[in-house]
Amino acid sequence: MATATATPGPKTNHIGLPILEYRGGKSTLCAGCGHNAISERIIDALFEMGVEPERVMKMSGIGCSSKSPAYFLSRAHSFNSVHGRMPAVSTGAILANHTMTTIGVSGDGDTASIGMGQFVHMMRRNLPMIYIIENNGVYGLTKGQFSATADLGSKLKTGVVNDLPPIDTCALAIQLGATFVGRSFSGDKKQLLSMLKAAIAHKGTVLLDVISPCVTFNDHEGSTKSYKFMQENDEPINEIGFVASFDEIEVDYDSGEIYEVEMHDGSNLRLRKLLEDYDPTDKANAVRTMMEAQDKDEILTGVFYIDTNKPTFIDQLNVVDEPLGTLPESITRPSREAFEGLMASLR
Amino acid sequence: MATGDLALGQVESALSTRHRVINDFSINIATVNGSGSQSANSVLLKAIFGMGVPVSGKNLFPSNIAGQPTWFLIRASKDGYLARKREAEILVALNPETARADIAALPTGGVAIHEESLKLDEPRQDVFFYPVPFDKITAAICPEAKLRKLVKNMVYVGVTAQLLAMDLSVVESGLRRQFAKKQKVFDLNFGAVKAGFDYAQQNLTKQDPYFIERMNKTAGKIVIDGNAACGMGAVFAGVTVVAWYPITPSTSVVEATSDLLKKLRVTPEGKATFAVIQAEDELAAIGMVLGAGWAGARSMTATSGPGISLMAEFSGLGYYAEIPGVIVDVQRTGPSTGMPTRTQQSDLLSVAFLSHGDTRHIVLLPGSVKECFEMTMAAFDLAERLQTPVFVLSDLDLGMNNWMSEPFEYPEKPLDRGKVLTAEDLNRLGGFARYRDVDGDGIGWRTLPGTNHPKAAYFTRGTGHTDAAQYTESPEEYVAGMERLARKFNSARALVPAPVLVRGSSQKIGFIAFGSTDCALSESLDQIEKSYGLRADYLRVRAYPFAHEIHDFVTSHERVYVVEQNRDAQLASLLKLDLPADQVVKLRSILLYNGLPVDAESITEEFAIKEGL
Repeated sequence: MATATATPGPKTNHIGLPILEYRGGKSTLCAGCGHNAISERIIDALFEMGVEPERVMKMSGIGCSSKSPAYFLSRAHSFNSVHGRMPAVSTGAILANHTMTTIGVSGDGDTASIGMGQFVHMMRRNLPMIYIIENNGVYGLTKGQFSATADLGSKLKTGVVNDLPPIDTCALAIQLGATFVGRSFSGDKKQLLSMLKAAIAHKGTVLLDVISPCVTFNDHEGSTKSYKFMQENDEPINEIGFVASFDEIEVDYDSGEIYEVEMHDGSNLRLRKLLEDYDPTDKANAVRTMMEAQDKDEILTGVFYIDTNKPTFIDQLNVVDEPLGTLPESITRPSREAFEGLMASLR
Repeated sequence: MATGDLALGQVESALSTRHRVINDFSINIATVNGSGSQSANSVLLKAIFGMGVPVSGKNLFPSNIAGQPTWFLIRASKDGYLARKREAEILVALNPETARADIAALPTGGVAIHEESLKLDEPRQDVFFYPVPFDKITAAICPEAKLRKLVKNMVYVGVTAQLLAMDLSVVESGLRRQFAKKQKVFDLNFGAVKAGFDYAQQNLTKQDPYFIERMNKTAGKIVIDGNAACGMGAVFAGVTVVAWYPITPSTSVVEATSDLLKKLRVTPEGKATFAVIQAEDELAAIGMVLGAGWAGARSMTATSGPGISLMAEFSGLGYYAEIPGVIVDVQRTGPSTGMPTRTQQSDLLSVAFLSHGDTRHIVLLPGSVKECFEMTMAAFDLAERLQTPVFVLSDLDLGMNNWMSEPFEYPEKPLDRGKVLTAEDLNRLGGFARYRDVDGDGIGWRTLPGTNHPKAAYFTRGTGHTDAAQYTESPEEYVAGMERLARKFNSARALVPAPVLVRGSSQKIGFIAFGSTDCALSESLDQIEKSYGLRADYLRVRAYPFAHEIHDFVTSHERVYVVEQNRDAQLASLLKLDLPADQVVKLRSILLYNGLPVDAESITEEFAIKEGL
């Protein structure tokens, strides 16, 4: 009798899937593009959180960033829509099926210029979704024009200097009603991964602005969205620890320095304060801190704001638990009696 | 017509006309908008309906909140003609600003009911005047000064009803229905009606020939506006997501939908089986509709011209990525902002080709309130069957005016949710290619997000794609996809509502029309037959792409008049693109597009000129 030696299979997550099942197609973006690192972190986060791939909707607009849903989680439905309109398409999809985990990927041009109208209204509604801005300050596919998130004084390769103030999407999101707002850097694996995992656990609109350098058009001396600039000016306001509900690891910590948030699914978000007295539930303070940092040329990162109590738009609509899109005819078409009643009222 | 144009003899003969005109005239109620005259107009209209007389109402209102002139036309027609009549014989002049012009527009022998204190410089001799002290009557019965403006309208209802010899009891029962649960409101309003009625009885001597007499032509019929009918269609089609942005004249489509959903689509636990969202603009509204349609919902928006323009880019995405959605376009007068409260049929071309590139859309063309109901319902089935946006092209006349109609019918056919693969299907098939034409009709199979199968997902995009939904810039793959979309559009010809042969007796001359032009054209064809002894056939087009019967109709006639409410002959242009070259020369156009609901006399006149009659 031959002895079977069990070859150790690939590591699986708590729903029994290997990380391979979370991968997407091969990226067609430039080598070294920050967006690819973000796709990797999304894969890691979904894998580590044990999200069922078929339970995810991937949404995007148009631009380099908006291509990236093709590079992660091939087993999930994806909708690459039109420029600046990812919020509307996502809103419709979520209304049709609010039981899904929805990840939207947009860029700084897609969000802060052509899509600004839809972006601000999406933030107001607090629909359950993760909205990621892959922010590099330039338009890549049209070869390097400034976007509306480019910092004052930032310089293009051609020498053109940006003389308009940047739009801070995080500050806007906090002011307008998003319930989880953070900024990260594609080069900070640990911070971005923790933030994404907490985002997956959150119920409500998550806005993550991820600085993601464009190696081709905005990674030179004088750029404020380059790897070098971020390495020098990234000022984390908190260190993010995330303990998933199924995790049994207990971490010792000094409660005085930790801001602990219990998430809807029972997991824990632990924010170790790096900025003195920073309270991530204080809207006004969050916005003021960000504005002050901007004046000092510091790029603050971390979780700026979190609110786990605010009802989502789905709660407000008070819809049934099942997805609206697949309700059967017996529920969606009113009865003959109801119809005859209406006719009688019109006679 | 001014008095001076008439020979004295004609005037006398007009005034001495003693023959009675029964159930065949129009009433023009001239007021100021924001004065609350709408409910009084509706009471009078429903009272005529209640007496069994076919009736229609046309609200000619300004794009304004309050203080601008507004006219409401009520037509009573024993023959059942529901189109606007070009001249109104009876005027209720409650707006001093327009009274002179309104009186000048009356035909000889017309009637003017007006505020007594109104001073007319040169009153016409060929018109019957009935001065009424509306303000005094109102003040006497309504002690509360701020309600008087509203109550005054009910006084004219009473005066008019008495002059037309209508039954006060019919007005009363109509009012009672309108204010079913508000006894005090009923009392106040009926008191005003009664005061007007009594005043007329005691102080006015009937001189004019117009009367309403009981008939039996409205039994079993309903009165509804097209927008409410579209709303009903959506609800009985099982709509689940409605995204919209307010715009005249489509707003009441969503209001009606929303009201019905709240009434009929809430579970015993109080949970909604629908979502209605007011979007930030029309771009977002159509984006939400497509997002929802993609994720499996029956989704809808309603809009008008400017909104349609904003929906262009997304409509192209819907066409190319093949996503269902229903767009109700209640047309108003363009171009640009145009005349927002006036009607037109001028969005046909832009809707048919909405968006850049080679894009074509399914367009349904309701010609009555009943079809507003039926076609909105059908649009959801077609959108899911054909996996594409479907437009329902109504207009302000159909949508915002009250129409008498046969009652609607409860849908007997189950919903058609189109080609959707389930996890079980995928187990059996082992996989699928989203845009592969496996059935030969140009329509692929789709899956919905959340389908529990590792091969269910596909990548939806507006970029060039293969039949497996992969990105491509391959010339062959691109062309194959576009050819398949053309095949799919061709398949739609047999699925959309077929044209209706309204009159067909193999005549030389044919007419083609669509939408709200129908009632005026049918009346005009009667006029043409009566005046010129000439019979013509008439085919009513009900959808784009055109069914083959339309080609046959053109082929079998010597010449075909296309009657439509726009300047550029949009339906005729679309037909010309579709017809064989030798048939194109047969088309002639009658175009009426001044923003007023089209009337029969204008069609008849145009036709007579073109035919040299």
